[in-house]
Formats: sequence, C-alpha cells, structure tokens
Amino acid sequence: MPNALPFKRLTTNSTEWITVYIEGQPVKIRQGDSAAAAVLVAGLQPSRTTVVSGSGRAPYCMMGVCFECLLKIDGVENVQGCMTPACDGMQIVSQQQARQLNRTDFSDSDLSSANLSNKNLTDKKNEDPSV
Amino acid sequence: MTQFSTDSQRRADVCVLGGGIVGLAVALGLQRNGLSVTILDEGDSALRASRGNFGLVWVQGKGDTLPEYAAISRLSAQLWANHAQQLKDATGIDVQLQQRGGLFLCLSEPELRERQAMLTRMRVAAGGDYPFETLDLQQLREFIPEAGPEVAGATWGPEDGHLNPLLYLRAMTEHFLQRGGKIDNSGKISRIEPTDSGFTLTSDAGQWHGDQVVLAAGLGNRDLAPQVGLSAPLVPNRGQVLICERVKPFLNYPTGHVRQTNEGTLQLGDSKEDVGFDPGTTTDVIAKIAHRASQMFPLLRDVRLIRAWGALRVMTPDGYPLYEASKQYPGAYLVTCHSGVTLGALHEGPIADWIASDRTELPLEVFNAKRFTL
Repeated sequence: MPNALPFKRLTTNSTEWITVYIEGQPVKIRQGDSAAAAVLVAGLQPSRTTVVSGSGRAPYCMMGVCFECLLKIDGVENVQGCMTPACDGMQIVSQQQARQLNRTDFSDSDLSSANLSNKNLTDKKNEDPSV
Repeated sequence: MTQFSTDSQRRADVCVLGGGIVGLAVALGLQRNGLSVTILDEGDSALRASRGNFGLVWVQGKGDTLPEYAAISRLSAQLWANHAQQLKDATGIDVQLQQRGGLFLCLSEPELRERQAMLTRMRVAAGGDYPFETLDLQQLREFIPEAGPEVAGATWGPEDGHLNPLLYLRAMTEHFLQRGGKIDNSGKISRIEPTDSGFTLTSDAGQWHGDQVVLAAGLGNRDLAPQVGLSAPLVPNRGQVLICERVKPFLNYPTGHVRQTNEGTLQLGDSKEDVGFDPGTTTDVIAKIAHRASQMFPLLRDVRLIRAWGALRVMTPDGYPLYEASKQYPGAYLVTCHSGVTLGALHEGPIADWIASDRTELPLEVFNAKRFTL
C-alpha cells in the first residue's frame, strides 16, 4: 500500500517496529502507534464510509472525540482506531457504513434461560413510555 | 437572534411563552388562524425537555384512568401524518415520522397479564374501539426476531409510532420563522401584567405586549400561571436516556424502552425519578436501563454506549395535561403536558383553534387544574 501521506516520524521515537495488516497488506509501524495512525501511515483513504450517505472519512481528531476513525479491527466493527493501540499481526480494514450486530441464535437458549426471573426492573404496570 | 428595537416589533396578537415543542406547535396553529405570534423563550439556560425526550408518538396505555386523554392522544396520532407532511412541504425537513405500530415488551408473565387487563379496560371504556393485541414471545418474534428468551411477550398498538424529535423542533422553528413569526430568547419572562388591551410581559431584556398570552413554558409555567389567574402544579420527573452507536437496522418497530432511528442509532430508555430539578445522569440508572434493554434484545449486549442524558418531564400530579383558559383574565391560556411529541399534531390543530376562536369540541373541561383542588 502506498505511503501517500506526508507524515514524518519524530526521531526521538525509538520503539520496536511491528507489522499490522491493512486491508490485508503488511505495514510496518512502531510499537505504541494507534490503529488510526497505522491507517494514516498506510494511506488508507477512506478508512470508513458514513452510515447514512456512504461518503468517505479518515481519522481526524486522534483523541477519541470525533468518531471519524472507526475501523474494523480483528473482526470487530466500529472500533475507534485512535483509541486502540496497534499490536503485531493486527488485522485492520475500513469500516463500511453501519455495524452489523451479531444476530442471536435462540434455538437452544430459550429453554435454558426461560426460568430466569427479572429482579432488577422498576417498571410499573401502567408505565407510560413517552416523555 | 432577532433584535427587537421598536415598540411595534414588541407587539403581537399572541405571545407564546416557551419555544419548545409545545409552544411552537401552538404558535404554528395560531399563525394558521391568521394571528401574528411572538415566541418568548428563556434561552438555553431553560430546562429544555424538548431536547431530551424519546421521540415516541405513543397511544397504547395512555389515559387508562381518563378516557378523554386516551381520546385526544389517539386523535393527535391520527392528525400526525398531515402535520408531518405540512412541515415537510414548508421546510423540506422530514421529521422521520413512522406510524406502523409499536410494541411494549414485558419481562414477566404477570406484567404482561396486567398490561393486557389494563388495555382491555381501556377498550371497554372506549366502547370497543381501542385497537391492541397481546402477543406471546413467539408472536412477538414475528415482529422482532431478536426479542430475547427472557421476554414474556408484548402488547401491540397499531396506532403507535415514533419520529426524530430534534428534527421536529427544527422544522417547526423554521416554519414559524418563514411565516413571519418572531422568536426572542433573551431571557426568562419574570412578570405578566394583565392590561386593558391584553398582557404586558417583562424580562430582563425588556417588555412585550400580546393581546393574548399562551403559557407553554413547561415547568416554568409554575411561576407564570398564578400571574394570570391560573394554576400549574407541575413537578419535574427525570428520565435518563442512553444513546448507542449506529448499527444496521434490526428493530423495525419502536418499543416502549428501545427504538432505532432512521440512521441506525439505538436509543434506550428510560427511568422515572423523583429527584427535583436535577437533569443529570447516574451510573446505577444507566446500568439498569442497559441491563433491561439487553434482556429484551440480547444482541445489544456488546453494542457500544456513546452517551447518556437526563431530562425532566413536565408532570402534573395525575400525569394528564393542563389545557385551561383563564376566567379571571380572558385571553390567557395554559397548555402543558409531558407528551409534547405525541400531542404535537393536536396542539397545532384543535388546541390552537380553541385558543384562536375560544371555542372547541374537545372535552377540555377535564384538563383544567381545578381537578387538583377538589
């Protein structure tokens, strides 16, 4: 993958080099770099597409606020890349629009948990759910 | 913000106090009746229930001890499609109204049976015309396959729905301004003085005059109502709401506790807390809401929570609205409720028509504050 972006490393940074895989391609980064930094080094553009319109996005604030750096990391979707330290062998791919929650298979669990009572609820019978 | 420099700019046929969902809906309906309207809004130091609500257009179970409330809630739900369409035509803003029915999930068999009994009583009170169904878990999963094994069942209300409440607020604001309405949010109205020709309203930023005045200031009505011979014995009731990351759609119907927006955001509610004027959040309540939602839909167990907020409901002692005209000072009206979204179409329509004409076919006599002093 081309190193398309003009980022330069500080020479004071002397940690070990590790390898992560971005869209399947190996990329050398420093131990301690975030997953978002890795996609910037790799020049992955866009690194996600938005949920509603599908337009492209890339890491922006790098401090956990803007949610533009969402990535699929080791199979888990919607991970904030800037808040995730990269590790050797990590598989990083772009986040394509909305996350798919894992559907639940209830075929066995119905029987095993059907007797669980519910002790933590504060619902009243006539609860009016709207505000 | 609009600057009001001359006296003529500070006069209107009607001054509406409160620029939230309730005040704007009434104001739009008054404009439709040909009246000039100024909204006097406290500004963002106000409690802002309209920014914190859940967005349900909800009918089932409302008014179980007051058939008139059930009737006006259903009437508003029926008027909603037209209300949303008019806002869209005027502003281009789609408030994302969806009225395909809604579900109230119950986590125990006794809870489900009690709810079924309540809705059955409401059906009897409505002379048989009160649509709902009780679903067991298997039937519920035909609507929502992801309902979890701890769910006993649900009640289905075909007239229920939801929308995006922030888009609703914005659409009404834009439409009101398009029609020449004025919004001043330079401070709280501290004094209302009845005069020979209407009412003089005073804030730190100056004075306004309205031939009529509508109190739609939520919990702020408590202090305003007595100044025009009305009473608004309202109390705050806190609800906390959780917002999760956007995920692919799995919830095609709103439920009483969980809904998914058009964009995929999951919204989890809610709590009912008597904590005074504290709109904050607490970890224990957030945990409880998250736990209950993941019991209802186990696939939520690993969904990410993005933020949470608290907002204060505007509650009367019996939970029902206040619609009342001042006898002592004709021209002063009180409009307040905790379900400003559901009742929005009613407020823009028949409630505004009542204020504009002083006549109505709605059973408003049951919604005055005298019921609390009997």
